Amino acid sequence: MIKIKRRWEIPECEVTPEPLYRRRREFMQAAGAIGGALLLNPWAGAEAALAIGDYQHKAISTDEELTEEADATSYNNFYEFGTGKEDPKRNSRRFRTDDWEIRVSGECEKPGTYDLEALIKPLPLEERIYRLRCVEAWSMVIPWLGVPLGSILKSFQPTSKAKYVALKTLHDPVRMPGQQRSVLHWPYREGLTIAEAMHPLAILSVGMYGKTLPNQNGAPVRLVVPWKYGFKSIKSIVGIEFSETLPQTSWNMAGPREYGFYSNVNPEVDHPRWSQKRERRIGEIFKRDTLMFNGYAEEVASLYAGLDLAKNF
Amino acid sequence: MWLKSVYAKPVAHLLCLLPCGALLWAAFNGGLGANPVEKLTHETGIWTLRFLLLTLCMTPLRQWSGQAAWIRFRRMLGLYAFFYVSCHFSIWFIADHSLRFGDMIEDIVKRPYITLGFSAFLLLIPLAITSNQAMIRKLGRKWKSLHQLVYVIVLLGVLHFVWLVKADYLEPSIYAIIAMILLAHRLGPIKRLGVKSAPVARN
Repeated sequence: MIKIKRRWEIPECEVTPEPLYRRRREFMQAAGAIGGALLLNPWAGAEAALAIGDYQHKAISTDEELTEEADATSYNNFYEFGTGKEDPKRNSRRFRTDDWEIRVSGECEKPGTYDLEALIKPLPLEERIYRLRCVEAWSMVIPWLGVPLGSILKSFQPTSKAKYVALKTLHDPVRMPGQQRSVLHWPYREGLTIAEAMHPLAILSVGMYGKTLPNQNGAPVRLVVPWKYGFKSIKSIVGIEFSETLPQTSWNMAGPREYGFYSNVNPEVDHPRWSQKRERRIGEIFKRDTLMFNGYAEEVASLYAGLDLAKNF
Repeated sequence: MWLKSVYAKPVAHLLCLLPCGALLWAAFNGGLGANPVEKLTHETGIWTLRFLLLTLCMTPLRQWSGQAAWIRFRRMLGLYAFFYVSCHFSIWFIADHSLRFGDMIEDIVKRPYITLGFSAFLLLIPLAITSNQAMIRKLGRKWKSLHQLVYVIVLLGVLHFVWLVKADYLEPSIYAIIAMILLAHRLGPIKRLGVKSAPVARN
């Protein structure tokens, strides 16, 4: 069998030299940061369940300038720690994520409760630089560290009845004070079709900028689906359920007219209250055009062939 | 009485300019966070609403305290509301629409919360223009009815805020409640007039 490599699978040495050259500096910085972290505190961060070991840098489609790490870690939508953009960083400082477990249930051969570290460790950690487009019309470019979601899901051996994957965030109003107010239906819920979940672009992330994932960004483990609006990339995951029926998702429950199940980035389909045609890249003043599927159309458009995207928003 | 002091107005001016100064200081010292445009838009919008509500506080304050001097600050507060809304509008037009007039109009027509906010801004313009002594004299009795538009403007401003929020309605609700209390206070005299005038009508 001949395996055709896709653009995110090309090893670094084969990519056009120029973007590689430009990215090398960041890569070296990240490598340095990890080296330093390992020297000071090998394999156990003070609050981290998962320390970042060695990882491969995957050449991903974007060679755009990275968002400042300080911005990506201080401007967050994570309502579990407050609804203001700066709340999550402030309110998640003491959030502990050690001994994190994920409960796997539903249509699969291997349900059970799994230790996060045991799930992630056997797989090689990859760095993927993705665009992140928020439904609020701002965007970032973030170097994630993680593993393909599909690889993890396959290890649970989903049955033929598994049409969807439902994901759940920790529900613990003591540790996540934002949950003391019913701004959304807790626990936070998200979902993907099985085809979306198995897509090689979808990853489970445990780090960013060469370091362990900060609490405010969804520690210890979060989803990253770069062709969908940011709220689909659920944070602090404790539950994975394979189901035959369409799972409920928190923002869809909050506003079914405004937030659909798919929520693919689409400049042609506006949010009922604001335009999705343009976005503000964090670090810039003026807005830029939003790209179909956030620029990942080449990779993911086939998932939605024949689907009316205006109806299935 | 400190309200009547010669320093009262200069001090009030300084206080009114404080939010603007704080924002400018933050802007030049990286204090506006990751999304400075959003922060400036939000802050200037909030301060517009605060100044509008403060404007509406002057009459009740005069009644409760018996100090007519409160009214001296009403025009100033109203003009500061206009100043902050002008900043709010300009930032939005420049940064969100890159000064493209057509895009801006499309947004105003298509997005109800922007329609409301923009209407409130437009309605404030004649009030700002007619706020000087000469216009007050010139318009006579019409001046009062014109400036009662401020009640509509406050309602539009509050709705503009409520309508743009994604899920957390706590903050806009606080403004809505304060606005309702201040507007209800104006309904009081009308009701009392109604009660008084009823027997007169029967006679």
